[in-house]
Amino acid sequence: MTITRRDFIRSMALDSAAVAAFTMFPGISFAGWKPTDLSSDSIQWSKTPCRFCGTGCGLLVGVSGKRAVAVKGDPNCSVNKGLCCVKGYHSVQVLYGRDRFKTAYVRKNGKMVPTPIEKALDLVASRMKESIEKTGKDSIAIYGSGQWSIPDGYTASKFFKGCIGTNNVEANARLCMASAVTGCLTTFGLDEPMGCYEDIDNADVFITWGNNMAEMHPVLFSRMLANRKSKTHVRIIDLTTRSTRSSQAADKSFIFNPQSDLAIANAICYEIIKNNWVNQDFVSKHVSFYKGKTHIGYGTEDHFKFKDKGEAVDFNAYKEFLKDYTPEIAEKISGVSAENIKYLAALYGDPEKKVTSFWTMGMNQHTRGTWINNLVYNIHLLTGKISTPGNSPFSLTGQPSACGTVREVGTLTHKLPHGVVMKEKARKLAAKIWGVPESNIDPKPTYHTVEMFRALDRGEINFMWIQVTNPMVTMPNLRRYRNGAKKDGRFIVVSEIYPTPTSDVADVILPSALWVEREGFFGNSERRTQHNEQLVPKPGEAMCNTWQLIQVARRMGFEKQFPWKEDSYIEDIWNEYIKFHDTPKHRMAPYKLLRERSGVQWPFVNGKETRWRYNGKYDPACRDDTWDFYGKPDHKAWIWLRPYEPPAESPDREYPFWLNTGRVLEHWHTGSMTRRIPILHRAVPESYVEINQEDAKTLGVVNKSLVKISSRRGSVVMKVSINGRGNPPKGMVFVPFFDESYLINEVTLDAFCPISKQPDYKKCAVKLEKV
Amino acid sequence: MPIFSFLAYPKKSMKDQLIRELSAMKYCEIKASENQDVLILLTDTPDEKTNKNLIDSIKELKSLQSLSMTFGHTDL
Repeated sequence: MTITRRDFIRSMALDSAAVAAFTMFPGISFAGWKPTDLSSDSIQWSKTPCRFCGTGCGLLVGVSGKRAVAVKGDPNCSVNKGLCCVKGYHSVQVLYGRDRFKTAYVRKNGKMVPTPIEKALDLVASRMKESIEKTGKDSIAIYGSGQWSIPDGYTASKFFKGCIGTNNVEANARLCMASAVTGCLTTFGLDEPMGCYEDIDNADVFITWGNNMAEMHPVLFSRMLANRKSKTHVRIIDLTTRSTRSSQAADKSFIFNPQSDLAIANAICYEIIKNNWVNQDFVSKHVSFYKGKTHIGYGTEDHFKFKDKGEAVDFNAYKEFLKDYTPEIAEKISGVSAENIKYLAALYGDPEKKVTSFWTMGMNQHTRGTWINNLVYNIHLLTGKISTPGNSPFSLTGQPSACGTVREVGTLTHKLPHGVVMKEKARKLAAKIWGVPESNIDPKPTYHTVEMFRALDRGEINFMWIQVTNPMVTMPNLRRYRNGAKKDGRFIVVSEIYPTPTSDVADVILPSALWVEREGFFGNSERRTQHNEQLVPKPGEAMCNTWQLIQVARRMGFEKQFPWKEDSYIEDIWNEYIKFHDTPKHRMAPYKLLRERSGVQWPFVNGKETRWRYNGKYDPACRDDTWDFYGKPDHKAWIWLRPYEPPAESPDREYPFWLNTGRVLEHWHTGSMTRRIPILHRAVPESYVEINQEDAKTLGVVNKSLVKISSRRGSVVMKVSINGRGNPPKGMVFVPFFDESYLINEVTLDAFCPISKQPDYKKCAVKLEKV
Repeated sequence: MPIFSFLAYPKKSMKDQLIRELSAMKYCEIKASENQDVLILLTDTPDEKTNKNLIDSIKELKSLQSLSMTFGHTDL
């Protein structure tokens, strides 16, 4: 049967509404609706991972002629089982915005002038060479993204670290996942979660720590709701600093004072020990105890340095340390009642209950981000609730390839695709695979992201290539870094698809191919690598980011390291990259299999994916069939003694409110893509500030009144939202950062976790004035 | 010729009334759930102006608690 385009779109609209209803009400029944068979001679459906968040939903993109026209959930993808969120359904529209960059631009006499891309690439190469010759290799830098496809990040690392010899390689995942990385490394010795999304189907209790999954990971949230619907005993507990849509759906929601999650986690452990809920057998065999440095600072000053040092202690020392965190003391710090803290401890401590903890930015964007990651791991380690189906401490990623491209490829200053630059063995392996002298790879890390932009401001870096990210919206204390990028003597290259505040400061704009306009790979939150093929043509002179990097590398004399042909370079890069991970601890799936399947989890050993790491029943890298935390030399996971310490800045008489920032369901990060999708733009057309009703009354403002939000760093004027989708407690305001018309990061503070170097976007002090 | 779909939530005990009112409106198609208080509303209008007027009229319905857009196309 042939269906018209109109019928087709009506069917898509009906199906998406029905699936959205299933997301919110598992088991819902519509008598008059059946999923439409959208097969049509003119539509070709192909699999791809979604372009947006770190969930890694499998999509089927429908292509008619040379245009992507529709999206549906991929029923063969175990992540989403055919579901999508509202961003996923509309994702192909992001390819067709009217102001898409289709040609390169070069700044001439202050104006951006359309330029053939080959000439623009010549200019990029010559300016890089000039900077290296005049000011040294460490005066150039590349800043990428967790939205980089894996070959983009791999090529950038090989080019900059292996060929040029600078460790000035960073990615915006430093702003969203670095604390999760250092949390994993300090506790387990290896990065990335040990569990998988099957934990959602197996857990009895879900505890979300500062994590609004209903909006940020809606498909995973729907799987939690479906589990609760099918088993009446399942409970969802929301620990949060502001009431959200997730709070509304949870069985209980506890609001805590910002930063006090540190005290709550310690108090839960205190209660677990006091009530003899410790899994003694697990702890004695698989856990060590360590104490780190305290009063570690906040990194607000340039050239800040910190190195943690673990000191081995015993269980008794840990027990003594926890005496400062009785539920009653934690209540005073956190505002959560001692009774509710004991309730949380009882859930974690009950040997009959399988517990999964989820977190994202609330714990990671935190000046003690590494510590709070450690502390939640402590709870799971004390109770032995880890690496078995349903028992999982699980850090969710925000971006589609924060894990795949940044954490696995290692596109951070200290990392290589396997190991760190400081280790000779890691440098030797990289040099061998890359075909460069070992001496090319500098053993010293240079700048983490905040310090890299400070170095740009100071002039130590004078050339920066920015790909697939929008730092002129996302950097905290933004005004300093934007002014720094615009200073004389700086040369900024931006690979982008649409105009953004970052392309506004560029000297060269390179038009990028996006998502299904090129072949690539993403790696999601559960160690799943997902391949996408090119489904539609690139517009104009747009070029894949990987190919842009290869073209410039060749112009700088590195033809030998980048010999690949345009019709097969993605496969060639994958085959080279996986040599770095060829052990049972991290083996990746072969290219051919990734093309066939809707994602494959690593470690992929003897044809099998590994669902739960560190447990010999599931993980072939373990020594026997029990737990083996093989990332640490003692094969044990480390419980860390980490105290409560206050945030870098707290409300005072002059600036009496907390400022918290984040996202909304409809928009992806800085909105440079989703604000060009008319439907999503209309749903949330501009940013706003959520204010508690009592504070609004005191200020004399109502919905849509204008207020000025000011900090010691900057101010922004925006509309008020009271009792909207989110509701902060008295004394806090919340602002979504997706709207470049309201640069809330001019207000935020560039304080960071001294271990992970990840900034805290959730806590600074502001004042409000009615306008 | 915009086509949109929405989840429409009725006010308490007003699901039947909302179904009646939406069904009576031109350009609207309804799918009612059997076991939950939520409806699927499909709107298929000839132009942007008609679409805007229709949505404004729907939002005026006293039986409607809230309307959540789930899908839309305007470039037909």
